[in-house]
Amino acid sequence: MEDWDKEMEKKWFTISVYSENSVGLLNRISGIFLKRHINIESLNVSKSEIDHVSKFTIVVYTTEDWVRNIVGQVEKQIEVIKAFYHTDEETIYQESALFKVASTLLFDERNIQNIIKDSNSQIVTVSRDFFVLSKTGRRNEIDEMYQQLKPYGIMQFVRSGRIAVSKSEMKISSLLKEFNQ
Amino acid sequence: METLKKEKTASTKQSTKRISGAEAIIHCLLAEGVDLIYGYPGGAIMPLYDELYKFQDKLTHILTRHEQGATHAAQGYARVTGKVGVAVATSGPGATNLITGIADAQIDSTPMVCITGQVARHLLGSDAFQETDIIGISTPVTKWNCQVTKASEIPEVLAKAFYIARSGRPGPVLVDITKNAQIDEFDFSYEHCKGVRSYNPYPKPDIKAIKEAANLINAAKKPFIVFGQGVILGEAEEQLKTLVEKAGIPAAWTILGLSAMDTDHPLNVGMVGMHGNYGPNLLTNECDVLIAIGMRFDDRVTGSLDTYAKQAKIIHFDIDPAEINKNVKADVAVLGDSKVTLDLLLPMIKTNSHDSWHNEFKKKYEIEFDQIIKNDVYPTKDRLTMAEVIEEINIASGHKAIIVSDVGQHQMIACRYAKFKQTKSNVTSGGLGTMGFALPAAIGAKMGAMDREVVAIIGDGGYQMTIQELGTIFQNKTPVKIVVLNNDHLGMVRQWQELFFESRYASTVMVNPDFVKIAEGYHIQSKRISERKDLKATIQEMLASKDAYFLEVKVEKEDNVFPMIPSGASVSDIRLK
Ligand SMILES: Cc1ncc(C[n+]2csc(CCOP(=O)(O)OP(=O)(O)O)c2C)c(N)n1
Ligand SMILES: [Mg+2]
Repeated sequence: MEDWDKEMEKKWFTISVYSENSVGLLNRISGIFLKRHINIESLNVSKSEIDHVSKFTIVVYTTEDWVRNIVGQVEKQIEVIKAFYHTDEETIYQESALFKVASTLLFDERNIQNIIKDSNSQIVTVSRDFFVLSKTGRRNEIDEMYQQLKPYGIMQFVRSGRIAVSKSEMKISSLLKEFNQ
Repeated sequence: METLKKEKTASTKQSTKRISGAEAIIHCLLAEGVDLIYGYPGGAIMPLYDELYKFQDKLTHILTRHEQGATHAAQGYARVTGKVGVAVATSGPGATNLITGIADAQIDSTPMVCITGQVARHLLGSDAFQETDIIGISTPVTKWNCQVTKASEIPEVLAKAFYIARSGRPGPVLVDITKNAQIDEFDFSYEHCKGVRSYNPYPKPDIKAIKEAANLINAAKKPFIVFGQGVILGEAEEQLKTLVEKAGIPAAWTILGLSAMDTDHPLNVGMVGMHGNYGPNLLTNECDVLIAIGMRFDDRVTGSLDTYAKQAKIIHFDIDPAEINKNVKADVAVLGDSKVTLDLLLPMIKTNSHDSWHNEFKKKYEIEFDQIIKNDVYPTKDRLTMAEVIEEINIASGHKAIIVSDVGQHQMIACRYAKFKQTKSNVTSGGLGTMGFALPAAIGAKMGAMDREVVAIIGDGGYQMTIQELGTIFQNKTPVKIVVLNNDHLGMVRQWQELFFESRYASTVMVNPDFVKIAEGYHIQSKRISERKDLKATIQEMLASKDAYFLEVKVEKEDNVFPMIPSGASVSDIRLK
């Protein structure tokens, strides 16, 4: 088997990137994956625990050799402060989803109320025509809820990228200090 | 040309003055010590050209004949001077024509700043005339890039551009400046960039790692050094030489490391890689400690990684953390500027010699000399070989010329056989292998080193990719020496077809024009030779000429370059025929 196709060694990795908030950086980072023909499974960009520092959370399914290579290249970009990668066991991670469902179902289908209760989801809004459920959790929990609601008709569905924090420390503040000594 | 040599001094902070963005660009360039730039005008960059006209006594602009030529000239200039090369182009096609040179500078770590014009801010995204997303296009091949849409942003962005291009592992930076930003006026002041908060160009050397490296080197029985361009970029040539001599270690170079060490130094054992020397390639798999300095284990150097130096402990010196363990896992990684880390290493190194180990290289050299070098350099057959031309240039120039080579068989021959006494003297496109590189790069090299002889070695194929730069040479009276080694083939591809595609010569035969007439059309003194008896005198005549000189040498059409490690094979499987 070719080196790049070591299916057995592939795993889920969460890459966390601390960076400046600048135009074009997303393009620069995603290009690193593109160049290696590696798909980004999920992507989330938000602020971080440090003022004016952004955080990318990127999920890939690949080998550890590749994820190390990618993190090295990402970290090398001028506006990136530091990048880390973690396996699922090393992180606390979640996704969020919204389900839009016809209001009639809420009143006509007893089972829907059980699904809401059992899945620990929340009703965000109820109107005459539709209601919106929100669910936060692991991807498989969201998938399960999706499967349960599907027979009744889902008007709209959306799921966020993974967000994750690592169990170990990511010392960005001290790194920034060290860079700027 | 005299002005090229003058060092421009500029105060760190200038007093405030209301000027246009275009004029500000000039002041930024001058403040960065730039006195020579290459480029090509067009609509979106015209305000800058108008200022270049006004400042022509302070800043020389060389009009190339194609924007690609401007980038390669800037690269050639950067490679021989160690300074940042600058190329300028207009928006749209002007900007896209820069891409090959930018990609080349990126993979060969050449400091370069490219400035492109862009349509006005209010037209961005409207598919205006000559609008192209050059930021998007150049992102994967630049160290950094940035679009400027306001005049007042120009000083800070350009200061950052120069700082990033030259610091750490150097590379190309592109700054795209909208037309309105060139026209609008603002209160100009300039401050050099001293750092970027998220960027750490010089990793702190780890003394523990350096001690470990020293211990491995001191205990080694068969140590072997492979050095790359990191030694040249870090200006660590003296440190390398001291290490080699003190510890008695045979040292070989990658194609970009060539000229960092005197090619005649007794411990310089030659080139590694696909067409490198027999000894250093074979013995890579016999050394016990491999000391890699400022090189990146490119696949053309290592061949198959599964069989590369598996028996050896690997010590990797590099400034770029992303290179560590990228291709070859290091037992000891020493991060940092090569000069700094080698300076720290040297006092820990014990004086030593490894004569019998060194002898193995000599024995392998004898085999290679007998089977290849002898026939290449001192041929008995009728037709001229590429190698004897290079050898004649060595003799006539006293190993003092800057050699700029293009890409193909002639490049491998030039790098295998050219002799160097001085660093920063070998200019070639290593990582990207860009045909068409040499002619414009030689222009930049000459302008960067007016006191030195610059000889371009080019194939008949690659020559025709940027042949229009003869116009630049003519217009500027740039005294470069151009040698086309004409085998009437895309020789390197033909060689692969012969060896690996059962001699099916698909599209590698070249029906060539009269190169001498073309050079004459540009009023460049020129000559064609095809016989051995004319070689020495013609090379002497060429080097004696004060002006540009074009020499076409008709060489054997179907020679092959050996030794060769077939693509994907092990360094141990290097072929002598
Ligand atoms: C721009 C570009 N296109 C294609 C190639 C592939 N290529 C590598 S060597 C070569 C042949 C070069 O022929 P020539 O310039 O005559 O040199 P020779 O090998 O004959 O010395 C080609 C086509 C390349 N390196 N660069
Ligand atoms: Mg040829």
